[in-house]
Amino acid sequence: MEQLRIILSAVSFFLLVAVGRAETPEEKGLAIAREVDIRNRGWVDSSVDLQMVLENQQGEKSERRLWLRALEIISSTDGDKSLTYFVAPADIQGTSLLSFAKLVGPDDQWLYLPALKRVKRIASSNKSGTFVGSEFSYEDFLAQEVERFRYRFLREEPCPVAEARQLSCFVSERIPTYENSGYSKQIGWVDTKDYRPWRLDFFDTKGDQFKRLEFGDYRIYGGKFWRSHDLRMVNLANGKRTSLRFGAYKLNNGLDKTVFDPDALPRLR
Amino acid sequence: MRYLLLLSAVFGLALPAQGDALDVSGFVEAEGRAFPSESRSIEALDRAASGSFALQPEVRWQLDAQSTITVVPFVRFDADDSERTHWDLREANILLNAGNWDLRLGLDKVFWGVAESRHLADIINQTDQVEGLDEEDKLGQPMVNLNVLTGVGTLSGFLLPYFRERTFVGLEGRPALPLPVAEDLAVFEAPDEERHIDYAIRWQGRFGEFDIGLSHFHGTSREPSLVPTFSPGGLIFVPFYQLIDQTSLDAQATFDAWLLKLEAIIRSGQGDTFFAAVGGFEYTVYGVFSSNADLGVIAEYHRDERGISAPFTIFNNDLMVGARLALNDEDDTSLIAGGVVDIDTRTTFLTFEFATRLAEGWKLEAEARLLPYVANGSVETSFEREQVVIIRLQRFF
Repeated sequence: MEQLRIILSAVSFFLLVAVGRAETPEEKGLAIAREVDIRNRGWVDSSVDLQMVLENQQGEKSERRLWLRALEIISSTDGDKSLTYFVAPADIQGTSLLSFAKLVGPDDQWLYLPALKRVKRIASSNKSGTFVGSEFSYEDFLAQEVERFRYRFLREEPCPVAEARQLSCFVSERIPTYENSGYSKQIGWVDTKDYRPWRLDFFDTKGDQFKRLEFGDYRIYGGKFWRSHDLRMVNLANGKRTSLRFGAYKLNNGLDKTVFDPDALPRLR
Repeated sequence: MRYLLLLSAVFGLALPAQGDALDVSGFVEAEGRAFPSESRSIEALDRAASGSFALQPEVRWQLDAQSTITVVPFVRFDADDSERTHWDLREANILLNAGNWDLRLGLDKVFWGVAESRHLADIINQTDQVEGLDEEDKLGQPMVNLNVLTGVGTLSGFLLPYFRERTFVGLEGRPALPLPVAEDLAVFEAPDEERHIDYAIRWQGRFGEFDIGLSHFHGTSREPSLVPTFSPGGLIFVPFYQLIDQTSLDAQATFDAWLLKLEAIIRSGQGDTFFAAVGGFEYTVYGVFSSNADLGVIAEYHRDERGISAPFTIFNNDLMVGARLALNDEDDTSLIAGGVVDIDTRTTFLTFEFATRLAEGWKLEAEARLLPYVANGSVETSFEREQVVIIRLQRFF
């Protein structure tokens, strides 16, 4: 009994030391990213409809409609699996993209072309390419694992988005460690209460900021999982905008795992 | 009790019809084709240009979470060629999806393979050749198809109870073959002709960077031998459909921006057993010329050791080189250029394809198939006059 007490007090002493020791900005940045990740664990699977609106400098709009399904993978080597299915425009209806994220190294990706009924494994080094003509890159969707960035905490300040003005935000920068990124760094704002991202600034390989992403319309699912339903990306260099409007998410809904098999792509309807 | 069962059976069938989703989509298309050279055939002499319309609706009816009925009719009206004016059921099937396995009953389309310039392994569906010479337009194939996702790849079995004959252009049609094809006189090796039951099995799986498919097909060859025959009207081609066995391998290795591809077949039943293969690479540069565009470079080598009793192919010893430019703009604009050169004779085929979205629901396609060089005395001289430039406007709904 006494032994146990000694062990416990020893453990709590080490914990105190660990917490009390001054954190470097890098450690704090990583700790915030981990906390965002940990708070978002346990959703198992996810299904959501999505409307993507592209707007050019002249204000002309074009729209894509798609649905996304994702399977949460908690492993030391593999990231989540995701399936993107295009509903509109009609000429690409049924085109699908299946991705298996990897924590390090290239992802696995398959493209399904419904006119030919062809499943094609595609090159995974495409990170910086624009996603279907939008201001989002493939890496904005597919490379969000904590391990893929180096972090540095910068400061704490009121959140810069009107919707979260009353909240305080951690501001950190993150630098992609994977190959072929189109970004030299990103600076992100995450609120100190629920660890939700509110804004992300993107810097090109020359170090200039060229895109800004704002998150809004957060709703909570299962009392735990915050999801933004309104993402607005602005390209500051060319004035183009892309907004993503999400429908209601279905989380932990017992999704059939076989939809994430490349061989099952031809049966998507 | 019996009535109760009957009632539940009736309602069981009727109930999904209320909560179901019926989805209708598809496209209409206007197509214009120009033939820069004069035809050799008298009937097609004045066919320097030709127009047609096509319609392809797609009806999907989701019966419940597991079953979907799909019907995709296709029809084309060609102003000049009565054989190209044709209709087909591209799909008319029910899909039962049980997760770890699925079953398809009815007419459907299946694609096997990895190569870009020739589809050697792809054998389930007949080519709708009046639509185009690239072997990518297919007729709906009646089938019973079971696919089992085993965890170590997918096992597929196909029972193909009815054979579809290849379509050929008519006397007035272009691009024409050296002789008119008498489809009505088609000869089959199988005594029960189109009713011969063909079958195929396939396994496909993945090991890290490698995607591999192994297949075997037994039945009537989709590719007929065209036998020159005397008829009262002169020399004609009679299609001869032999019974074949074909074993194929298709494999792709994916290393970053490099795709390495191989398709190989061994076929018996058309003279001596022969081997054919296509192998090559596709390399993509992303964000080329500091734009959003991707440029893919493709090279494929063709080898085909078939004898003279087998159907004719241009791919006996050829090299294909091509490029694909995808602009990644809001209109999904893409441009493909490719050439196939016969290593022995230097005869060269060129292909250009362009596609873009004009507005929501409107798509424009342009295509050219040219022969800039044909060796004297080679079989391909007969294709020299059949170069074609195509423009297509599609409206999706």
